[in-house]
Order: sequence, then structure tokens, then C-alpha cells
Amino acid sequence: MKIVLNGQDFEIEKELTIQELLERLSIRPERVAVEVNLEVIKKTLFHEHILKDGDRVEIVNFVGGGQNGRQAHYKGY
Amino acid sequence: MEDKLIIRGIEFKSRLWVGTGKYKDFEETKKAIEASGTDVVTVAVRRVNIFDKNSPNLLDYIDPKRYKILPNTAGCYTVEEALRYARLAREAGISDMIKLEVIGDEKTLFPDVCGLIKATEILAKEGFIVFPYTNDDPVTAKRLEDAGAAAVMPLGAPIGSGLGIRNPYNIKIILETVKVPVIVDAGVGTASDAAIAMELGCDAVLINTGIAQAKDPIKMATAMKHAVIAGRLAYLAGRIPKKLYATASSPLEGMLI
Repeated sequence: MKIVLNGQDFEIEKELTIQELLERLSIRPERVAVEVNLEVIKKTLFHEHILKDGDRVEIVNFVGGGQNGRQAHYKGY
Repeated sequence: MEDKLIIRGIEFKSRLWVGTGKYKDFEETKKAIEASGTDVVTVAVRRVNIFDKNSPNLLDYIDPKRYKILPNTAGCYTVEEALRYARLAREAGISDMIKLEVIGDEKTLFPDVCGLIKATEILAKEGFIVFPYTNDDPVTAKRLEDAGAAAVMPLGAPIGSGLGIRNPYNIKIILETVKVPVIVDAGVGTASDAAIAMELGCDAVLINTGIAQAKDPIKMATAMKHAVIAGRLAYLAGRIPKKLYATASSPLEGMLI
């Protein structure tokens, strides 16, 4: 089955919990947040939330940032 | 009496808050933050690099036990986006603090104040400690306070511009208008800008580009640290009034006339 993981198609051979997915990706759960189909999943539920075919999964963490807004289309003066 | 900054029960040891973007690498980030003497750093929320597991993580360099991590919603242009990032940040993090940005324009990165007030209200109700990045407009600042903001963060000048405190009079009016702390966010280009913000009576200053993009970020971090301390002390000391003409500072008595 296939999920969309951070915007990209990602194959998983069987149903996995979020916990199992993170283990497979070698990601430490304490530093990330996970969203499934636009809903934030509490860390305490990682071990029981089972991912389904077609789920859109986002795994995020903290990166360097201050007050920088996104300027995707703006090319400067 | 000790001069402490306490917001919603959280004690901040430093009145200089530092962003972690735009540095050369994490090593430089770490050194600059140490030099700044800060205890609060802002971070952004972004996708994990799943396919490159060896990429370093910011929190390997910035110890969350030593620094308060203030996640932001940088890059969000709508209320919905900002709420989504804020909720993810809370789940990823260790506190309920959020530096709320709802950007209204790509060219100036000025905030969308309508969206900002709305998002502040929703997040405050959800128990977030909201620090909204706003214009130097006293009316908006008051609305944000009424919406439940823990502090207001007016810009000194556009993000990354280094233009300093463009409207010190408005900042002064904001300070008289709201009861919550006022933290200047954005525009600080050099040490004197930070000192001016603090001399006005602001509670803290947040700097990212001004330090990170200086030729020597570590030296600039040290300069900003001293500027914020100096500005705060000058504010507490109470400056002399400005006068047009001279006032002699040596006595006339005892002169050889």
C-alpha cells in the first residue's frame, strides 16, 4: 500500500503504526510532530494510530529560523 | 530590586532573543547564540528530511534544556496555515509558546493584521502563549492584547532590512497603550538599533538577520548583548530631558573673576 509522506509517494508493505513508521525511518519521536490527513496526532497515540492506504502523512521538526517569511515568488526589487 | 522579564510565569534571563536562521552552519549558530547570552531562541517548523537521515538536526546544537525554544509560524500567509504550524509546533516541542506570524505581503513581509488578530484569538483560547509579530501600530497592538496575546512583537523595520527602529514614537505609544510586554521583532541592524529599542522601554528585542548576516556573527552577537543591557539600564536610569541650549555642568562659584 501507498501513503504520501512529506509530499512524496511512499510504499509500505503492510499496515504500520506511526511508531513503526518512525522506527523504520530511524526518526526519534521526541523531536518531531506528525500530522495525518491534516490532523495533528498526539505523541501518546503514535503506537496505536495505524496508517491506511492513501493517508497523507507529514513529519516535521524544528529547523533554523527567525522571522523569515516565505518569499517563493518574490525575486527582489 | 532585580529586573526580571516574566511572561505568563516564564522567567526570561535575557532581554535579547535570537533567531536561528541564515547562519553559515549549525556550528556558527551555536557559537553566536552562546555569545549573545540569550536563553530563548526562535525556530521554524519544517518537514523532516526523510531521505537523508545523516543531515544534522538543529537541536543537536541548541540544547532545549539550556534554551527556551520559541517556534514560529514563519512563511504562513493565512490563518489556517498559521494554526496548522502552531499546533504541529506544540506537539513537536516542549512548550505552549508560539511566535505567531501571518504574513500579508511577500515583498515587505508586513503582517496581515486581520489574520493575525484572528489567529491570536483562536490560539490563545487553545492555551497557547502567543507572541504575535505585528506592525508598529498601537491600535493593532491593543487588539492583539485583547485577543489574548502574551506579549506583542512590533517590527522596528521590515524583516531582514536592518533599517533600525523606523518609528520610535509609535513604539513609545504602543508601550503606553498595552499592559503586556513589548518585544521589538525585526529590523534591528546594529547595536545602536537594539539600544534604542531598549531605551524606549521595550521589554526585549528579537534579532536574527542582524546577527546571522553580519560579517562576524559571533562578534555581533556579543555587541547586541551589550547593547541590550546598556539600553535597558539607560531606560531604568532615566535619561535627561533634551534641551536646545547648553547647561553648564561646572559650578560658576569660585571662578577667578
